[in-house]
Amino acid sequence: MPQETQGTRERKLPPPAIAPETQAYWDAAAKGKLLVRKCTACGEAHHYPRTICPFCFSDKTEWIESKGTGTLYSYSVMRRAPVPYAIGYVTLAEGPRMLTNIVDCDLDTLKCEQPVKLVFKPTDGGPPLPMFTPA
Amino acid sequence: MSIRGKAYIAGIYEHPTRLAKDISLAQLHAQSAKGALEDAGLSLKDVDGYFCAGDAPGLGPMSMVEYMGIRPRHVDSTDTGGSSYVLHVGHAAEAIAAGKCKVALITLAGRPRAEGMATGTVPRSRGGTPTPDEPFEFPYGPTVVNMYANCAMRHMYEFGTTSEQLAWIKVAASHHAQYNPHALLKDVVTVEEVVNSPMISDPLHRLDCCVITDGGGAIVVVAPEIAAKLKRPKVKLLGASEFIKTQMGGKVDLTYSGARFTGAAAFAEAGVKPADIKYASIYDSFTITVLMQLEDLGFCEKGKGGAFVSDGNLIAGQGKLPFNTDGGGLCNNHPANRGGLTKVLEAVRQLRGEAHPKVQVQNCNLAIAHGTGGSLGLRHGSATVILERE
Repeated sequence: MPQETQGTRERKLPPPAIAPETQAYWDAAAKGKLLVRKCTACGEAHHYPRTICPFCFSDKTEWIESKGTGTLYSYSVMRRAPVPYAIGYVTLAEGPRMLTNIVDCDLDTLKCEQPVKLVFKPTDGGPPLPMFTPA
Repeated sequence: MSIRGKAYIAGIYEHPTRLAKDISLAQLHAQSAKGALEDAGLSLKDVDGYFCAGDAPGLGPMSMVEYMGIRPRHVDSTDTGGSSYVLHVGHAAEAIAAGKCKVALITLAGRPRAEGMATGTVPRSRGGTPTPDEPFEFPYGPTVVNMYANCAMRHMYEFGTTSEQLAWIKVAASHHAQYNPHALLKDVVTVEEVVNSPMISDPLHRLDCCVITDGGGAIVVVAPEIAAKLKRPKVKLLGASEFIKTQMGGKVDLTYSGARFTGAAAFAEAGVKPADIKYASIYDSFTITVLMQLEDLGFCEKGKGGAFVSDGNLIAGQGKLPFNTDGGGLCNNHPANRGGLTKVLEAVRQLRGEAHPKVQVQNCNLAIAHGTGGSLGLRHGSATVILERE
């Protein structure tokens, strides 16, 4: 059987285990928005989101909406799975790198540093997950 | 305070099993402990410090302390994954130097093969209260292999590292494993065989991955006055360091590991440099793990690891830096999916002159053992020890 890397079959995605601290992130995801947490004291954005800044420990952090664009920092196509998938880090335009999946493309053509854009994929009973596809 | 010269490794034992269907987890720990104490020439009643990590059954050290009948005045169950036991050697030396114990026992054991665990290819949630990172990672399907593969992919992009260069690491390990009767994989493999083995998660092939084995091991670390009374060759701890490398709030950098910091600190404490090292035990969950750690520990420039490991440079008797002469995790043994303890064991064998004659490094007076635990591509614990034959 040829290896299937076109991403045409859908993977069943588990829902995220949501904590109160980041409920807003998932509420926004349900509306098709990706939020990034930013510190107003030191000006740095971070990921995954926390209420206390991991760079300066200030609690003056707030949500900003991501433009939904970025570049692919690194990735790997997981072949040993019922449906092969690409997992990697995307460098967001806002700065932080986030773990995600690259979807809706030929997984054999991915390259580090290629431009990508935001899409959402439904989970099994939870809010959708922010993912990326070649821009 | 430095731990330099404050503690000695007096006893070691590697459990010979690689499939422990009929041996319990606690039994594996205890058999390993018994073996290491007998190797040292010590008895259970001498043990006053006990160290274990998350592979031990029960809450921290308590179940194993009870099972084995230890009466410890110092315990430590710091868990940094597979690097824990390298870290424990350093912590044991600290405790000994502070007078908190004199004979420290470290044990490791596990049965992932007997339990049919899908070790490297299935995403795992730890259960219980989710970690803060879990909702932002687990649904995307991170596995052991695909996150190490992310490091390899970026290394190839930034430095031009090739699959053939990574393959040389497995080739070197296989050359050593052929002389180890207990090794799970004893066949010598070629670069071609590695790069033509099935792709598991790009760019890592099946033969870029370590073995999955049951088993265990133990280490006995003692105070200088205890070591002086024992008959075994003396292996002195010169330096030790630990670090936790993370995603740094989103400033992810997959091109280096925590070894960058633990290597520098351990070498400084030991008062030696990478060029002085005669033998290196380097954590080898995957070929890329070895390559990055060699760079980070200072054995070659960052980005030049591919050239450094090529053409047999890690093979005993051929190359400049003999590594993992027991066959390592890539071929010999990776008990409990945690390879740090076995790294210390082979370093001690080399320093004692008790490695297999075909792989024994001549005049081996200085060795390093380094561990990486957790996930190189997510967050990991690094630990380094530098050991000297006295």
